[in-house]
Amino acid sequence: MWRDHLTEIIITTALFLFVSGLGFFAARWRRADDLRHLDEWGLGGRKFGGWITWFLVGGDLYTAYTFVAVPALLFGAGATGFFAVPYTVIIYPMVFLVLARLWSVSHRHGFVTPADFVRSRSGSSTMALLVAITGIVATMPYIALQLVGIEAVLKAMRIPGTWPLIVAFAVLAAFTYQSGLRAPAMIAFVKDILIYLVIIVAIIYIPSKLGGWASIFGAADTKFKATNGTILNASNQWQYITLAFGSALALFLYPHSVTGVLASKNRGVIKRNMSALPAYSLLLGLIALLGYMAIAAKVAPIPGDNNTVVPLLFDKMFPSWFAGVAFAAVAIGALVPAAIMSIAAANLFTRNIYKEYLKRDATPAQEAGVSKVASLIVKAGAVVVIIIIPVQFSIDLQLIGGVIILQTLPAVALGLYTGWFHRWGLVAGWFAGMGLGMWMLYQIPNPATSHKHFGGSAFKLSTWFDPTSIGLNANTTVYVGFVAVLVNVIVAVLITMLCKALKAPDGVDLTTRDDYFADEGDPRIGPPTVDTPAEPALL
Amino acid sequence: MAQPDRPPTQRTDRSPWNWLLVIPIVVPLLVVLYNGKAPTLFGFPRFYWLQLAFIILGVGTTTLVYQLTKKTGR
Repeated sequence: MWRDHLTEIIITTALFLFVSGLGFFAARWRRADDLRHLDEWGLGGRKFGGWITWFLVGGDLYTAYTFVAVPALLFGAGATGFFAVPYTVIIYPMVFLVLARLWSVSHRHGFVTPADFVRSRSGSSTMALLVAITGIVATMPYIALQLVGIEAVLKAMRIPGTWPLIVAFAVLAAFTYQSGLRAPAMIAFVKDILIYLVIIVAIIYIPSKLGGWASIFGAADTKFKATNGTILNASNQWQYITLAFGSALALFLYPHSVTGVLASKNRGVIKRNMSALPAYSLLLGLIALLGYMAIAAKVAPIPGDNNTVVPLLFDKMFPSWFAGVAFAAVAIGALVPAAIMSIAAANLFTRNIYKEYLKRDATPAQEAGVSKVASLIVKAGAVVVIIIIPVQFSIDLQLIGGVIILQTLPAVALGLYTGWFHRWGLVAGWFAGMGLGMWMLYQIPNPATSHKHFGGSAFKLSTWFDPTSIGLNANTTVYVGFVAVLVNVIVAVLITMLCKALKAPDGVDLTTRDDYFADEGDPRIGPPTVDTPAEPALL
Repeated sequence: MAQPDRPPTQRTDRSPWNWLLVIPIVVPLLVVLYNGKAPTLFGFPRFYWLQLAFIILGVGTTTLVYQLTKKTGR
């Protein structure tokens, strides 16, 4: 009964109302002369310093869903779920130089989205449209999954019905509409302080109640005894590292990650954050272990929904007032990424579909207006998806999202290093990677949910050939996205060589070498206009 | 093409120090290093404490590279 959880409900609601107020108030924070400009609404004025960026990007990448789903994975599957740790360690050295370049070229040209960059770099509106659509499609289920975080908390408090979920998202939609990126930036402070507080208390308090870490790992060992599942085995090792590596490649291709990066004020802020953001990885690693604590505490998830283990663990172990704080941390943790993701998807629509195809002479104020409305539509769509379609479908879609966003790697990430790729090479690579990825995902069943297709991202190599012939275990699995992006790059290279040999006309690169190293204070050359006379490509 | 508003020097982010970044990318992917339970540390099996320790390796390397390349490259 929900009445047994009244203290929790009151505290969670109070904290939720407090941050919602902050979200509306944020419109006045570092107030711009005119919020009706996409740089202001969609990128917070491009002037966030180190601390704000740390909270904003941290709140953006480490989402409520992550905090609920990763421990659920350890709870259900053991060691394989811990891939989130190497994933979030290798990501920062991988993108250390890349993101600084992306920031510089975007600062110089006024880019708001990754597709803006592709439009100017490859000179191909087709490739830019593909990047924009890929970004929107990959982001939508991710927004829906943030609702799963809130839903898990509501279930743990035994609150019936879907109306609290709808109210929460309506409030979120209203303050995002009003304040733009400033709202999640401000809320992120509260969210992260709450999350750090809850986790520090959890990793000290809960193990003391459960007889220490040794007995927590002991309980996990007992549960996964049959497969020795608290460490990896010969068949899932390759999946573990290809998933960590592939996920790391994908993370900063997501439009919402790019939004967080472009909102910072200079290159130094980004580079320093590459050293500071791993603090969240430590947090995530410790949160992951909540899954094992739930095993030791004999938490039984609400049937059919492993995502409820963490909220139920809090409910069982903490006094109810602190469980309320913990629930609020998870629920508020959903607001920050959901807001940024909807802003990012709205910006993609505005810049790369509306302005490119519907209204080429749109003013900055019209752009901001369209983006604000688009962000409402995106969030309404996410609510409808989560209420009408089973949650498992959103989880599957998010899995597919990771594979498809990876297919923008050659155009976006490699594009920051070289203008060598031919526009048709990039387009061909995208289609090859996308086709192969979808085909592989289609062949993966999920026995737990009795789905025949799209049941996971671990592809059995034995579907194709005998892995023992190259010295691997017969049951070796690999991450689909990793294989698909590899093929994407190979096709892009081959078609580029072919196009160059045939002297097929290439797109015009509007960026110059020095653009990739521009910094705060360097002159802007404004947003790309389609009819700008071509500058020679120097890279 | 005349670009009077741009700095005359050729800027770059190239530096031999950047190669240090390869270490925290490769080491956490070497499963053989951490795929075991012994030795344990504070009750954590090696699989868990060693992977968490790689976070320090990552932070240390990116900080070092940032400091070493701050003045010359940008």
